Amino acid sequence: MLLEVSGVTKSFAGAEGPVPVLSGVDLSLDLGQTMSLQGESGSGKSTLLHIVGGLDTVDGGRVLFDGRDVAALDEAGRAALRRSDVAVIFQQFNLIPSLDVADNIRFQARLAGREDAAQVARLIEALGLGDHRHKYPEQLSGGQQQRVAIARALAARPRLILADEPTGNLDEATAGEVLDQMLALVGETGAALMVVTHSPAVAARMDRQLHLRAGQLA
Amino acid sequence: MNDRLIVFLLLWPVAALGQGFAGLGTDATGFAVPAPDPVFDFPADHGPHPDYRIEWWYVTANLTGPDGTDYGVQWTLFRSALAPGEGAGWTSPQVWFAHAAVTTPRAHHVAERFARGGIGQAGVTAQPFEAWIDDWQMAGETLDNVTLTASGPEFRYDLRLEAQGPLVFHGDRGFSVKSAEGQASYYYSQPFYRVEGTLELPDGPVAVSGKAWLDREYSSQPLSSTQSGWDWFSLSFDAGDKLMGFRLRQTDGSAYTSATWIGADGRTQSYGNGALTAEPLQGAEVAGREVPVVWRVTLPERDIDVTVEAVNPGAWMAVSIPYWEGPVRVSGSHAGRGYLEMTGYE
Amino acid sequence: MTRAVLQALAAHWRRNPLQFFTFLAGLALATALWSGVQAINAEARASYDAAAATLGEGRFDQLVPRAGDSLPQETYVALRRAGWQVSPAVEGVLRTDAGRVRIVGLDPLTTPGALSPVGGARDIDLNSFLTVGVLFADAATAGRLADLPQEVVTDTSVAPDTALTDVGVAQRLLDRPERLSRLILAPEQPMGLPPLEQVAPGLTRVAAQSGSDVGQLTGSFHLNLTAFGLLSFAVGIFIVHGTIGLVFEQRRGMVRTLRTLGVPLRRLILLMAVELLVLSLLAGGIGVVLGYVIAALLLPDVAATLEGLYGAQVSGGLQLRPVWWLSGLAIAVLGAGLAGAGALWRIARMPILASARPRAWAMAAGRGRWLQGAAAVLLLAVAAGIALADAGLIAAFALLGCLLIGAALALPLILGAVLALGQSRAKGVIGGWFWADTRQQLPGLSLALMALLLAMAANVGVSTMVSSFRLTFIDFLDQRLFADAYIRGVDRDRMPGIEAFLQDRGATVLPLLRVDSRLAGVPAELMGARVGPAYETNWTFVAARPEAWTRVAAGEAVIVNEQLARRAGLWLDDMLDLGGGLRLPLAGVYGDYGNPVGQAVISETRFGVVFPDETPRQFGVLGLDPEELRSALGERFGLPPGSVVDQSSVKAFSLGVFERTFTVTAALNVLTLAVAGFAILMSLLTLSAIRLPQLAPVWAMGLTRGALARVELIRALVLAALTALLALPLGLALAWVLLAMVNVQAFGWRLPMYLFPLDYARLGLLTLLAAALAALWPALRMARTPVSQLLRVFANER
Repeated sequence: MLLEVSGVTKSFAGAEGPVPVLSGVDLSLDLGQTMSLQGESGSGKSTLLHIVGGLDTVDGGRVLFDGRDVAALDEAGRAALRRSDVAVIFQQFNLIPSLDVADNIRFQARLAGREDAAQVARLIEALGLGDHRHKYPEQLSGGQQQRVAIARALAARPRLILADEPTGNLDEATAGEVLDQMLALVGETGAALMVVTHSPAVAARMDRQLHLRAGQLA
Repeated sequence: MNDRLIVFLLLWPVAALGQGFAGLGTDATGFAVPAPDPVFDFPADHGPHPDYRIEWWYVTANLTGPDGTDYGVQWTLFRSALAPGEGAGWTSPQVWFAHAAVTTPRAHHVAERFARGGIGQAGVTAQPFEAWIDDWQMAGETLDNVTLTASGPEFRYDLRLEAQGPLVFHGDRGFSVKSAEGQASYYYSQPFYRVEGTLELPDGPVAVSGKAWLDREYSSQPLSSTQSGWDWFSLSFDAGDKLMGFRLRQTDGSAYTSATWIGADGRTQSYGNGALTAEPLQGAEVAGREVPVVWRVTLPERDIDVTVEAVNPGAWMAVSIPYWEGPVRVSGSHAGRGYLEMTGYE
Repeated sequence: MTRAVLQALAAHWRRNPLQFFTFLAGLALATALWSGVQAINAEARASYDAAAATLGEGRFDQLVPRAGDSLPQETYVALRRAGWQVSPAVEGVLRTDAGRVRIVGLDPLTTPGALSPVGGARDIDLNSFLTVGVLFADAATAGRLADLPQEVVTDTSVAPDTALTDVGVAQRLLDRPERLSRLILAPEQPMGLPPLEQVAPGLTRVAAQSGSDVGQLTGSFHLNLTAFGLLSFAVGIFIVHGTIGLVFEQRRGMVRTLRTLGVPLRRLILLMAVELLVLSLLAGGIGVVLGYVIAALLLPDVAATLEGLYGAQVSGGLQLRPVWWLSGLAIAVLGAGLAGAGALWRIARMPILASARPRAWAMAAGRGRWLQGAAAVLLLAVAAGIALADAGLIAAFALLGCLLIGAALALPLILGAVLALGQSRAKGVIGGWFWADTRQQLPGLSLALMALLLAMAANVGVSTMVSSFRLTFIDFLDQRLFADAYIRGVDRDRMPGIEAFLQDRGATVLPLLRVDSRLAGVPAELMGARVGPAYETNWTFVAARPEAWTRVAAGEAVIVNEQLARRAGLWLDDMLDLGGGLRLPLAGVYGDYGNPVGQAVISETRFGVVFPDETPRQFGVLGLDPEELRSALGERFGLPPGSVVDQSSVKAFSLGVFERTFTVTAALNVLTLAVAGFAILMSLLTLSAIRLPQLAPVWAMGLTRGALARVELIRALVLAALTALLALPLGLALAWVLLAMVNVQAFGWRLPMYLFPLDYARLGLLTLLAAALAALWPALRMARTPVSQLLRVFANER
């Protein structure tokens, strides 16, 4: 199993003491599988995604990535995990504004030390970014920016791809296109995919659909 | 010495201009103070009175050249005591300074001298009379018959003065009150000098003759601290009568006036505050400030209503404590000539 | 409504206290720099004036006794009574337990203006000064006089080891009743004076020394210091501009909201302008006080007290002159106004619904950069044009201005190009990102970097100028004052006897003959010198043929000073007509800094042939102690002590004054760099808010916060290092313009420029240190940014 989450709890500091966000979450995900995570605003779905990706830490419970306990990693260890095994696609601000499209796509792959020029070229082609490779993020439309983010995530060839509302900022038609492209490409690489979304349409495209309510999976 | 320091040191007794013009309104602690009913002892009183803070020998002359040109001459020796009394040599607290000027209708030449008391550079002796600072002097057997000399970079004069009448006393027999609070000075004059002599000017020597007027005054606090300056007139009318009048300006805009009418025979009548009026009619821009140079002066009790006009409006005394002083022409109810001194015009 | 808007504006500051602080502090520091430099400048001037007064003692003609060392006081009174405007002076050495002090007594009533350097007297009344006695002396000397009954006032402008007091007090202290040392002649005398011989036959008149030598040299130094005062102003303006620009960028969001709520734009702009004025006055006031404190801390021996703040005269104190107040406030308001005008204009033009995102970094490429580049090129071209045209003094200052502004404008472009080069050469992924990101940061940092550029360039310029000046001055002193003592003001008929006497005692006597003349159509002095090893070792040539001195000694050649050579258009081997049928080739041109007139030197023998009637007016004496010489000449020939001038002590004193200025200059270096460093700090802090979205993706992709912080620190160091590298040539250009152009235009000679690589290296390190310190806090903040804050960048609810 690539990812095994068991008994994860997490709370945030609030005005009147700690506010629990996750209270005992268990789930598992293997390579080649896709999964959606739905829930109300504040249900903890983004927090769960951050924890799984080594972006945030847990208060209790275990997160095993390929058998290693992510919760036990220090900051450098989590950074290493993010660098080589996980790729995240956010709703916005995915890209490094000072690098052009081609460099953004290559960036994480080079960080992970597995840049493959042919693959990058294929991704650029597949995502229709050929005309934009020397543009800077602020010169792109929202859909184009998300395509670059997807390309960047895939170019790094991670084992786990996390997406937090990847199409949340896009209009319906564009969102559909981007989602198609993402699913097709993820399918080619055989990575696991976890998508946080509030859109039933997006969730329906995944192998499994999970719902978070009040910090627990329903 | 640094200019600032020298001015500072020089003006110490007069440093705080806020306290009346040239510090004359300062407190008189330690110094003798003029009292009413003075008894003068001449010739001794022509000499210095070191127990009083300030004293002067002040000569002004209205002269005429061979071509009828008006000339004015001023010769003033001031004594300013830093402390009462005399000391030996350089330790003397008496500081002397003097102003001399020659005014023509077009030019005004000024010179200034400073001296320390106690070393012989300046002083006054009563018998025989000699008042001197450097090469400037007023000297003769008696005060009635003196020579008057002074020199500056652009002028020099050598005059003989001969008194044609008696000494006259201002205020109450020489006790001249200067403010409503009672500040006063001893004040007498010799206004009857006939003058002859030579002026040396940049264009050459000029033989002159005319009249001169000596003022003697000493005090320790002649001004009230609320007085900012004065306008002083000494007028000689063609008929032989004379008028001395002054107007002390109060900081609140009002004025304190005093006058002495001097008959051709030397008899005097004093007039207290308010009898004399002096009203500026016209100003002139002098040394960067506005100074009145045409006046209307009245003394109704003597039917005097005259216009007093400066011969040379530019008669500015650019000395350490600057003021305006120059010859004037008189017209109106009485015609004549005279001198005008105006201080405290900032 | 006005009130509501004002509340909103104030609320902005309350919400952002750091911004408020940086705004006030930036403006205050810039003002402080300006006023501090003004203060130091004024003090430096005062010190040099004191030195000049000591060096050029006797700016007035004097009457000295023909024999003996004193004259009776009656002679003074007799001269005064004859109309001569003279002032008494008594001088002598007072031996105290703590050492010797030279007492100088003067009469404050008659002494010609600005004779002695006493300044800033506090409340000493004339009565105390004249009758009780007050002495003025510098702090060290005052300490030696502590046992005297008289009051001693510390005054830094009095020459060392000297106390100044009233003539009567000096007579008492020196136990010389009714005796005077000399009389000082006022420059203006009345008409018709009797001849001196008639009034005071025992006195002889000694002409005033020209005083021009040192006066001109220090005049040149003052001019250069003034130029640096202006430079500090420029640095200040840049900092103020940067601060205000960033503050207004941060407020765009609030402006948009207020306008959306219906506040008229005009009212909003007006209120913000008023706010700016009030704040800049406040900051300016703080800055003036701060500058005053800085100056007080930097200046040794200057006891600044609170009294000084209120303009009272403090003895030996630094005074907060109205000029400082006003110019300090003016720079604050002017700088804020200049910067604010641009910011307000941008806000006025901003569409109501424009992005509220700060765009400090977004000015980026495009037309703006081209305009900036064009302006920089134009300004630098104008500067080069002026340099080539060699026009007047005003033009030279214009050149300075063009050079500085041009360089400042060019800085971001040059840095951008260097960073692009770095990016293209970068190997690793982090490296590539580092260069790209640094490029992106550049616009937001460029004002601060321009300030750093100007600060460092100014410091390089100051160091070069001051040190070059010092080397030149030491050379000049060595050249001019190589003898142990000089004898002057002696009757011509007694001189041969004195010369023989001195030679018998084993001294080397170097007579100096001099006539005023016209050489090559230019007014000049012709000198006859007894050429010997002393000249050969001490005089330095700007240009010379081999064996120049030997040929001069042999009467075969002449040497001239630089001034004469330049004015007459002469150079080596040209023939110079020296009058009396003498024509000699030019064997050398020597530097003669400070002398306004041309000068030519031939041998004593040649001089005697052309001017047989001239006798030496001055003798240099080598190999005898000046004190010994003075007493020997006094005993044997009755020469007054004043006729022997001890030049070595004069030299030591003037060098001492220089050392003090160097201390101040070094402190000034630190100060300017600190202020520039502060500008960097403010820029980085302001940028840090908009940095987060730029850094969060990198962090998400696997860089730790610590690594990001390190990168930020390195970025600041790289930018500072590049700026420092560019500042070096700019600073050298600056020094060159001052030494070789401004100086030539103002004074007619060129000061040689020396280079001081060690100083520059130290300055470079200081610059890096300033940048590192400035970047440290923002970097630490980066390293400690909570994860939640980073994650919030990506949050949906943003």
